[in-house]
Amino acid sequence: MTKDLNLKNGSLTEISPEKGTLGETLRKQGVSRRSFMKFCATTASMMALPPAMIPSIAKALENARRPSVIWLSFQECTGCTESLTRAHTSTVESLIFDSISLDYHHTLQAAAGHGAELAREVAMEENYGNYLLVVDGSIPLDNPGYSTIAGISNLDMLNEAAKGAAAIIAVGTCATYGGIPHANPNPTGAVSVKDIIKDKPIINVPGCPPIPVVITGVLAHFLTFGSLPELDHIGRPKAFYGQSIHDRCYRRPFYDKGQFAETFDDEGAKKGWCLFKLGCKGPTTYNACATTKWNNGTSFPIESGHPCIGCSEPDFWDGGGFYKALSMPTDNLTQTLKYAAAGAVAAGVTVGVMNRSKKNTSNKIHVKTTLEDLEK
Amino acid sequence: MTEIELLSWARGPGLQIATIVFVAGVVIRILEILLLGRKANLAEAKGSEMSNGLRTIVTRTIPDKTTFKRSSVTIVSGYVFHIAMFIPLFFFAPHILFFKDVIGVSWPSLPGAVVDAFAVISIIAMIAVLINRLTNRVMRYLTNFEDLLVWLLTFLPLITGYFAFHRIGLTAPSLLAIHLLSVEVLLIVFPFTKLMHTFTLFLARWYNGAISGYRGVAS
Amino acid sequence: MSTVNSPRFNIQAGSELTRNVEPLLHEIRHALQTFLDTGETSIIDLRSIPLAPGEEDSIINTLGQGEVQALLDVLGPSEIYETKYAGVWIVTHYNDDDNIISRFVEITDSPDVLKSQREDVVDALNALVTELGTDKT
Repeated sequence: MTKDLNLKNGSLTEISPEKGTLGETLRKQGVSRRSFMKFCATTASMMALPPAMIPSIAKALENARRPSVIWLSFQECTGCTESLTRAHTSTVESLIFDSISLDYHHTLQAAAGHGAELAREVAMEENYGNYLLVVDGSIPLDNPGYSTIAGISNLDMLNEAAKGAAAIIAVGTCATYGGIPHANPNPTGAVSVKDIIKDKPIINVPGCPPIPVVITGVLAHFLTFGSLPELDHIGRPKAFYGQSIHDRCYRRPFYDKGQFAETFDDEGAKKGWCLFKLGCKGPTTYNACATTKWNNGTSFPIESGHPCIGCSEPDFWDGGGFYKALSMPTDNLTQTLKYAAAGAVAAGVTVGVMNRSKKNTSNKIHVKTTLEDLEK
Repeated sequence: MTEIELLSWARGPGLQIATIVFVAGVVIRILEILLLGRKANLAEAKGSEMSNGLRTIVTRTIPDKTTFKRSSVTIVSGYVFHIAMFIPLFFFAPHILFFKDVIGVSWPSLPGAVVDAFAVISIIAMIAVLINRLTNRVMRYLTNFEDLLVWLLTFLPLITGYFAFHRIGLTAPSLLAIHLLSVEVLLIVFPFTKLMHTFTLFLARWYNGAISGYRGVAS
Repeated sequence: MSTVNSPRFNIQAGSELTRNVEPLLHEIRHALQTFLDTGETSIIDLRSIPLAPGEEDSIINTLGQGEVQALLDVLGPSEIYETKYAGVWIVTHYNDDDNIISRFVEITDSPDVLKSQREDVVDALNALVTELGTDKT
């Protein structure tokens, strides 16, 4: 450990969060006020906040301090990070990243091995109680050896990092609801962050992956207001997950009119009709895809002709198939119907025969009362 | 249990259980009635049982003048409710998909607005049926617990369907799950209650006509 | 940079897809009336409304092009122009890759971001003083 301390005095000091407000930092970097206004307007749009709030956002961001962010990746595919880094390509969005101090992220950081883990420990210690913990991936509870980082089990690392966190942002459906590792039969005993951590505020940003600007939007909200955004009943920020895909879908009028694509290449599909019959989970899925869209606002799955698979909802993998319409039974009901009917015919005939024989028996043992009987 | 888990249960195991009870119950009960048989009629047949029976299935569906005058509210609200109920049940696109998946047959759907209108009409008619039952003294006297239970269990899929269609009160997955569960409860109690009239009414009407047909009298 | 994006989609948008185009234009009309009556300005975020492919273009086309047009170089380009309806401005922010990152309809006599900002003027004064100071010696 004494050797490692040198590291702390050396390069790692750069990692600790800069003092001063975001406004000061940006001005120092030569960002003009106009640029800052553009940044604020785009941030407001990104956070799905009304444009009337732009001045207050500007004021808040101006005075915001750079928070230290520790990002832990557990049982995940790095798709969330891939998604997030796509939000990083443009100048304005990258400002969001300039305004946080990402002290640990084992995919993005340059450091490796002991140095990397030390960075995490130093950030946790120096910012105890104030840092933001971001988690992607689920946590295996079955055998701790299923997923470890630097020999530390995911469960231990999460518990330790959560202690000093001001808040936790669970990114992706794995961290929020267990995701694909949690899908039936869940071989690793995977659970979500909120299944383990009970005493910290947790923001769920589900999606497989989540929309990049939703991740940055939540960061921006934390930065802007220093507080958590308003959450729905399963911990998702209402600003992004407040309305279902179906309610915000531009193909909704076709659903209402009863115009559906029956296959992926029929006339209806070509005309851009509703994809409900092809298994669209839009009606039961809450996310911002229909308005925020993907790839810098290019389109979203439904716009590209594919039904929504419901990736921001718990257990979407086990929802009975991506291409099975919501109103269809998930299991094979036809077979059940046949077997039940066949069984019932057999049972019904048996009951009928029993009833008949009962009737016949009663008829047989029926003895007529005679005058003699009465005179007895 | 999350709402999505509840929905998955309703679309999976819940539906399986309900289907088994419904199909088995209905088949057994109908077979029981049919296999009971009737005593051979030793009198000479003076007309056709079958044609008369089939005719009464149709004619008994149309109320005669006296009956209509005596209980017009019951008949009108009853008819309106039944007809209006069949539109959402059989012509709402998601429902057709359900039938297609189970029995393999599909037919064209009606626009959402039309389906919605008929759902509202049947809901209003059902409320009228209930009010009539509770305010009419004779009807109230004849009403037992089963009648009210059957009314409620028929009403629930309609009203939850309406709420799910318009997304009122709860999130969409919860509303859909509740709607499915209400249908499943209806399917489960179906074979054991007066709801069996859906099938037995045709048997009864046929039999009424058949008796008269055999005797050669008008029915 | 053209004000209207070329259509990137194969799907042909019908004339009345989301029914959001006309209400939005009415909202602009109301905002313009309010601005005239009370001087209160307003901003509409075009990216917060569900629009079908081509509908945003149809809004932009309806509003047309007016007398003023400005190009800003602020963390990537931004474009501001007055539509053919005076007082109705379109503000489009692009990133470095020329992708639209946000787009607003502003109802005002001139969008704020067009004006010189006080903070920048302070900086500018300092810079000018420094410039003159170095020149003197």
